[in-house]
Amino acid sequence: MATVHLTVPISEEAVCSLQVGDTVYLSGIIVTGRDAAHKYMVETFIRSANVPGSEQALYEELRRLLAGSAIYHCGPVVRQREDGRWEFVAAGPTTSIREEPYQADVIAHFGLRGVIGKGGMGPRTLQACQKHGAVYLHAVGGAATLIADAVKEVLTVYKKDEFGVPEAFWVIRVENLPLVVTMDSHGRSIHEEVQAVSERRLQQLLGVSV
Amino acid sequence: MDLTEPIVELIRRASTDLPADVEAALRAARDREEAGSAAASTLTAILDNVALARARSQPICQDTGTPIFHIHYPAGTSAGKLRAQAEAAVVEATRRAYLRPNAVDSITGRNSGNNLGIGFPVFHMEEWESDLLEIALLLKGGGSENVSIQYSLPYEPLKAGRDLEGVRRVVLDAVHRAQGEGCAPGILGICIGGDRSTAYTYAKMQLLRPLDDVNPVPELAALEERLLRECNELGVGPMGFGGKTTILGVKIGAAHRLPASFFVTVAYMCWACRRARMEVKNGTVVYP
Repeated sequence: MATVHLTVPISEEAVCSLQVGDTVYLSGIIVTGRDAAHKYMVETFIRSANVPGSEQALYEELRRLLAGSAIYHCGPVVRQREDGRWEFVAAGPTTSIREEPYQADVIAHFGLRGVIGKGGMGPRTLQACQKHGAVYLHAVGGAATLIADAVKEVLTVYKKDEFGVPEAFWVIRVENLPLVVTMDSHGRSIHEEVQAVSERRLQQLLGVSV
Repeated sequence: MDLTEPIVELIRRASTDLPADVEAALRAARDREEAGSAAASTLTAILDNVALARARSQPICQDTGTPIFHIHYPAGTSAGKLRAQAEAAVVEATRRAYLRPNAVDSITGRNSGNNLGIGFPVFHMEEWESDLLEIALLLKGGGSENVSIQYSLPYEPLKAGRDLEGVRRVVLDAVHRAQGEGCAPGILGICIGGDRSTAYTYAKMQLLRPLDDVNPVPELAALEERLLRECNELGVGPMGFGGKTTILGVKIGAAHRLPASFFVTVAYMCWACRRARMEVKNGTVVYP
């Protein structure tokens, strides 16, 4: 299992060289987005006939930011400094599977190279990773202060008032964000493999023949 | 006596530090995993994170969860005033970023911004004989709440009948289903019996027990020990990466049930089992 340092923008070649189990230290500008953000992106940008005028500027901005970058499933605890700038206080990942209905479309539409979260995702996302050259990167759930330490700067925030602090799009610059590849662009998923092992052991413990 | 500030301190302690027994269990788990494995490096990151959060007095996890208060108060204390002070403390703890604003209006999707809302935070308040005022607080995150589960026995798919073997079977199933999604290695608070709502309350109360205590009911003590061993044989591992540690502790309680009902309720708690307690006696506040 390799240890790889990646910087945004991430090339397709770099992403395709990653295998499940690799440790990745990610640097560059990424964007947080979770439940409200994914629903919004899909309903307002991807599945709607045209983007409303009021949302056009944010759409362009997200397209610019997300191409070759990663979206982070995270609802941070933030603090506003006296000069008005924001800081991340605690920033661990949230459970990703809730975005399964949306993630594949978001990867395809915005050209994401990485999805960061916890718990892994389902077959549609795994397929999208294969088709469009992306990986799922697992952050350590609950390691919020450690991860906040890797967030060096909060550049801006979108939809904070509408979605609330945890659900907003926070645009952040990270340095050496520690991650593990658990779904790669070759169709492998640690989550599927561990699930199969635990299923087998469960059947043994329950005394059911396999 | 205004307890607002002492309760802010209780919240700070719960959010920014782990109980010593939980941290010790995580350390023992790290030492059991193979060096260089994803499981070992994950547990190391968790322990580093706990130390950093404690040193900086910052939340261990960004999901500071649902604050669940269990308050026992002596006769003559106003429960209403206590509750108002605890609510004021929650608002202040949110302002100081010990808590993330976590109360979302289920109709509009709006976050109240201060952790107050309908049924939020959660209060269980009871008068007792003692002249001591005791406030226990559990901060329970959403990832672990979402994998918590309630079974109604008999449960045919697992051949789980209305006995302790049936309980064992559904609990193993619950841990398998959860995989890493509840932020494994987790802690299980289990209630056998009760009705659908009290069962979850009792199951979560089990999470207030220290990991190293022994259940006073011998059958339950034996089941706790067996389930801890067997859950770890599932091999889910920290964060679901595979490994020897899936669960850090199993705590089981029983409540009376209707003849017609037999619920087994599993309250899954993430590794960040943030519980804290304070006691007030003769105007003195201690955090034992």
